[in-house]
Amino acid sequence: MLYIPGNNPAMIQQAGVYGCDAVLLDLEDAVALNQKDAARILVRNMLQTVNFYETEVCVRVNNFHTPFGLSDLEEIVPLQPDNIRFPKTETVADVKEFMKEVRRIEKEHGIKNPTMSIHVMIETAKGVANVYDIAAADSRIDAITIGGQDLTADMGIIKTPDGVGIDYARKRIVMAGKANGLDVLDTIFADVNDDEGLREETEYIKKIGFAGKALINPRQVDVVHEVFNPTENEVRKAYRVYSEYIKNKKAGIGVFAIDGKMIDAPVVQRAITVLEYAKIDLKEIEKNAVSF
Amino acid sequence: MKNAIGVEIPEYIEGLGKLEPFQGVWKSIIEDEVPSTNISRTLKAKKPHVSKLCKNLEEAIKRCNPFNGMTVTCHHHLRGGDGVLMQTIKILDEMGIKDITLASSSLTSAHDGLVSYVEKGMITRIFTSGIRGALGDTISVGKLKYPAIIHSHGGRVRDFLTGRIKPDLSVLAASSADEEGNATGAHGPSAFGSMGYADIDARYSRNVIIVTDNLVEYPCVPSTIRQHFIDYVVKVDSIGDATKIASGTTRITNSPMDLRIARIAATVIEHSGLFKNGMSFQVGAGGASLAVAKFLREDMKRKGIIGSFMIGGVTSYGVDMLNEGLFHSIFDVQSFDAAVSTSVLNNPNHIEISCDQYANPNNCGSMTNKLDVVVLGALEVDVDFNVNVITGASGEIRGASGGHSDTASGANLTVVVCPAFRGRLPIVKDRVHTVVTPGESVDVIVTERGVCVNPSKPNLAAALKKAGLNVVDIRDLKEEVEGMTGVPAEKQLGDKIVALVEYRDGTIIDVIYNVENLSQ
Repeated sequence: MLYIPGNNPAMIQQAGVYGCDAVLLDLEDAVALNQKDAARILVRNMLQTVNFYETEVCVRVNNFHTPFGLSDLEEIVPLQPDNIRFPKTETVADVKEFMKEVRRIEKEHGIKNPTMSIHVMIETAKGVANVYDIAAADSRIDAITIGGQDLTADMGIIKTPDGVGIDYARKRIVMAGKANGLDVLDTIFADVNDDEGLREETEYIKKIGFAGKALINPRQVDVVHEVFNPTENEVRKAYRVYSEYIKNKKAGIGVFAIDGKMIDAPVVQRAITVLEYAKIDLKEIEKNAVSF
Repeated sequence: MKNAIGVEIPEYIEGLGKLEPFQGVWKSIIEDEVPSTNISRTLKAKKPHVSKLCKNLEEAIKRCNPFNGMTVTCHHHLRGGDGVLMQTIKILDEMGIKDITLASSSLTSAHDGLVSYVEKGMITRIFTSGIRGALGDTISVGKLKYPAIIHSHGGRVRDFLTGRIKPDLSVLAASSADEEGNATGAHGPSAFGSMGYADIDARYSRNVIIVTDNLVEYPCVPSTIRQHFIDYVVKVDSIGDATKIASGTTRITNSPMDLRIARIAATVIEHSGLFKNGMSFQVGAGGASLAVAKFLREDMKRKGIIGSFMIGGVTSYGVDMLNEGLFHSIFDVQSFDAAVSTSVLNNPNHIEISCDQYANPNNCGSMTNKLDVVVLGALEVDVDFNVNVITGASGEIRGASGGHSDTASGANLTVVVCPAFRGRLPIVKDRVHTVVTPGESVDVIVTERGVCVNPSKPNLAAALKKAGLNVVDIRDLKEEVEGMTGVPAEKQLGDKIVALVEYRDGTIIDVIYNVENLSQ
């Protein structure tokens, strides 16, 4: 997910062409206090005019407790971007209050079947402590994310390249997200010239369960995709597992073996995840899998 | 008369003679022997043991008996750092020589000083592959007496061999030379690499002066230009500034947009059917073009592809790819980076070639005809895939034809990379302001908003779609972009022809009219 300052029209108009899965149009930290109104109006207008192609669009509003949060919601919610991000979420009460306003605005604008989902952002120690409850606080929450910069500031520590200071928070947030079936997204990597550092960090966060990473420059897109995209060998293996699974399922067999290794439900689920990352149509595999 | 792309071409222009309209990429190029009045090399002689060394450039030029109406040539291997062309023109002017035809292989920002000589009529004709900066503006508003001829690199050689350009005096900078005129750009304090463009001047000019700031013991080894073509040799304090050769064109861009376009272009190449062992490749310097090399380099390593040769203007980035074993060789007509000269000098697989071998349409071994893939830039493209690399947003002359049309005509796959719009200006047009490279020779246009494939290549379009690329109709792309930018107002042009764009076969592909109200 590529972060784009909400007050930069040139970058917003190009947001859809960089090949990232999602863009975040930021009204919060990337925008100076004296630019907040301008950014809100710009993002409102750009959402209605710019073609973002296949890229998912998320808008990060200001926290509800700032003078800008409610105004942001009033302008953005009626436009129903793919998602709206609630920053510095600390408690279930925060979520409830936020969602109450979201639903009020949707009702006032006659939006009966809202399509916009909610991303909550954990950026304080208090938020980390409450994250399991936050993740379950509303059915429209479909992703949870960690804000590493604010979190380290809140903890009074410096963010080091090895990320050790936020490691516990990362893992706790992943578990809270997974427990509630949410996508979990990692924080930014600040050095845009350090591709290797970005790669190392992305490989790590992939291993511990994150589904994606925040980016601050389009040049970071390829590295993150390279890490998250399965290799050709992984895809071939997953294809074979799923294909054999379908054949066996048709024959009423639940557990089987490939090259002497047992294939059970968790292995099949991992294969499905790989195939989904590779954007391979499972139905095509099902069609081609001839039963015994 | 109208040419094959519908441009009205005058049959005759005073000072330049009869013109032939462009007929099509290969229509005017006949295989085997071409019926034409070829010029022969000038017959020259020198008595034994007579020194060619002159005390300064002025003396050397005087010995060449300059005259009004003469044609003077130089090369542009020093690009923005060239100090020899301006010295030459200044001396000729001080001698009172007038009505000069200047036929430098290209003109750069180092030649802004030519404006005053054009304005006072000392220079009345210009043949070149590129015109930029203040000189471009001056010509654009109609201050050159006769229209400038913009030719391609290969077309310049053809112009020499057919006598369209008849050089009377060629002043050629060399980074090292000896007393007989054996000369090179590959070594010496001002080393600039290949002397590929200068080679043709040395062979066909009536008088040739080598100017060097590094006179070495006889013989100069190795040398590109050989002594039997050279009349005089001059040692000067400086031939220019070799550090200005690059002008930032050889660094990989940091621009996310250029990198994005380059990434897509590299993917196009990968799925074109040509991405395999033995592939030959050329890429331009700077911006998205050079960035394609970065991604191609990664893709070649990933897939274990070893190419045959790279060609063209060579950057240190290309040299790195050669040294990594990704290509067997480089054919180098021009070095975009002073650092390349070390490779020219030391690596036998880094082969210096003349522009004749590089791109002349009228020989039997033009390297551009052996090229698999070329990636080129564009100022504008149009729905017929024509490309403009010479005139800017106001119609002013500000670019270079270079080897654009040469390589496009020969390559199996010509990829043009450009953003869909720059600032508020759409780049995809109904018709480009000036056609330099005809759409007939362009296969793919890559923008950040879609890949447009020439309708003449349906199989390529299908392959790229299958690879998951966003293949779009160029007219749809134009409409989409204009939906964002609006349609710019028509340019304010006069009715005076200020330049002609000569296609590589010598026919005229487009005409440039004077610009009114060009803001200086």
